Amino acid sequence: MASASAPARGRAPARDVAGLGVGRALGFVAPAFLLIGAFLIFPAVWTIYIGITNYRLTGVEAVSPSIVGLSNYTKALNDALFHNALWLTLVFVLGSAIIGQNILGFTLAWIMRRTRPAVRRTVEAFVLLAWILPSTVVAYLWVAFYDRDGGTLNGLLGTQGTAWLIDYPMACLVVFNTWRGTAFSMMLYSSALQAVPPSQLESARMVGASGWQTLRDVVFPHIRGHVLTNTLLISLWTANDFSPFLLTKGGPNHESETVPVYIYNVALQGGELGYSSAISFLLLIANLLVSLVYLRLLRRRS
Amino acid sequence: MAGIDIEGLATVYPNGVRAVDGLDLHVADGEFFALLGPSGCGKTTLLRTIAGLEAASEGTVRIDSVDVTRVEPGKRGVAMVFQDYALFPHMNVSENITYPLKVRRVAAATRSEVASHTAGELSLQGLLERKPAQLSGGQQQRVALARAIASKGKVLLLDEPLSNLDARLRLEARTFLKKLQRDLGITTVFVTHDQAEALALADRIAVMDSGKLRQLGSPREVFARPTNTFVANFIGSTPMNLLPGKVAASSGVEGAPRPTDTTSSQNGSAASSAAVGLVSVAGGSLPAATFSTPVGAEVTVGIRPEYLTVASGDVTGPALRGIVVVAENLGTQSLVTVDCDGTLVGVTVPEETEPAPGTAVALTAPATRVLLYDHDSGELLARQPAPVA
Repeated sequence: MASASAPARGRAPARDVAGLGVGRALGFVAPAFLLIGAFLIFPAVWTIYIGITNYRLTGVEAVSPSIVGLSNYTKALNDALFHNALWLTLVFVLGSAIIGQNILGFTLAWIMRRTRPAVRRTVEAFVLLAWILPSTVVAYLWVAFYDRDGGTLNGLLGTQGTAWLIDYPMACLVVFNTWRGTAFSMMLYSSALQAVPPSQLESARMVGASGWQTLRDVVFPHIRGHVLTNTLLISLWTANDFSPFLLTKGGPNHESETVPVYIYNVALQGGELGYSSAISFLLLIANLLVSLVYLRLLRRRS
Repeated sequence: MAGIDIEGLATVYPNGVRAVDGLDLHVADGEFFALLGPSGCGKTTLLRTIAGLEAASEGTVRIDSVDVTRVEPGKRGVAMVFQDYALFPHMNVSENITYPLKVRRVAAATRSEVASHTAGELSLQGLLERKPAQLSGGQQQRVALARAIASKGKVLLLDEPLSNLDARLRLEARTFLKKLQRDLGITTVFVTHDQAEALALADRIAVMDSGKLRQLGSPREVFARPTNTFVANFIGSTPMNLLPGKVAASSGVEGAPRPTDTTSSQNGSAASSAAVGLVSVAGGSLPAATFSTPVGAEVTVGIRPEYLTVASGDVTGPALRGIVVVAENLGTQSLVTVDCDGTLVGVTVPEETEPAPGTAVALTAPATRVLLYDHDSGELLARQPAPVA
């Protein structure tokens, strides 16, 4: 690297845009590579490795785990609780991200476009607050909201004694996560909507297009790429979200145990680190597949 | 087809700006009407208020005698072409043209018929399958026009229709637009900041400033006889000379040359036989109809460079005398700037007759072409009453 890093006088100048040369360019990105390697790539590879061992939190296998090949994976494929977790994650992503955050975020952005700046800023501030508050704080607020005795929701509806988190755990999580994550969709769609030329909206208005016709014929074609990108991001974040654990711990009786919660429960309650790593890897594969589908859609549109 | 009646119209923005300020206007059926003014004068706001895109704060807008002041834009029977054409980039030309019909749920067969017919009218044949991005600026403009025509509005509104085209294309599009408007006979209102465009296209021009109408008239009227110094300054590719002067001799109220109020006479011969007043200006003097303005009154003398004549020899009678400072070539004519006793006066001369800089010249003008404006208000001094519509 040293020989290439400082082009000697008389040698041909570097051909790249910045004029750095390969050596110096690598030098600049090396710290970033180092950090990513240490904190991202190494743990990922380590997880894949643990996934093929019978590594446990305690006991003999904690000291000297042995390679068990793909048996963790075959176990996962036949694990009813894992299937349950996959299904619940799907419901969670579909309900709170793809439908909840997307539609609520877009609706807010669409309405806020026309409101007075003061109103818009206030609403944006409140929505953003839900997004920037620490998960633990938010979880506490929602536990208090859903609480059976003296919870805000029961107070509002006059349904004292309804244990929402126990009777309807998934519905509670979907509502919670929609509230929590809508800010991102709203902000993204707000800026996306600014990319729609006002004269095109006005053209639609001049010919008497209804609100729905305007959305379908003018707005959506302009923001299609934004919709796909937003849906991809919030789907992945929601699939990997661990905050459901803070509300329900996956219960009652695995009824709200999404994959990340299941991984945690398997690893730290059950102590099966090897098995949980294998499931983590499966989640990673699932995320990759979803990303590929989105990217393909995105490419086809553009 | 229909006329537009505007009464006491005001459009006030939330920040209190009166973009359109108490305007009365009548656009006749089939008329090609220009709203002209500098940027920020309220012309675009007026157009958008007629369209219904801005809500009128006061007054009424009637189209075809129907009060549409509170009617949604889509229900006014008005079609509009935006400055950037506002074509939908994801639709091809045919879909763009027939979008107004799609909104009204017209059958697809009828729509494609209308598309090919309208495309034919605007020489867009063979482009129906293209996307707007694959079209030239002029073609995009014609697609936007086609879409407006396909919507079968009673009134066509054009916002700066030529400003997005390059100079050469602009002339071509101007001719095309004027012919199209004649052929369709549709009442058309367009906005422009380019006085040459307004003069070339319009049947009548409304010159606006600060939300108010400054003059309304045919291109010939606003060019030859601006009713105030604002319009005088704004109209004309070479700016009108506006010089401080003083009435030296009165033409008297009666027997004065009377350029008629609605059509200016084409030459000064008819007027020159009558008694003519005199204004002293820029160290010399010019003949002018002074009407009831008393001798000694301060006035602003307005005279277009095109109406001044350069006389090289000795001149008897009223004239401005000065030294040629600079000559600018404008093609078939040149703009010569003459220093008359410290005041710079512009005059146009035919090509290849430009006097060399430093030459002493005398400038003369017929009395009918010399306009006197009130020194303070800038309004044209004329026979009572003022001929403003």
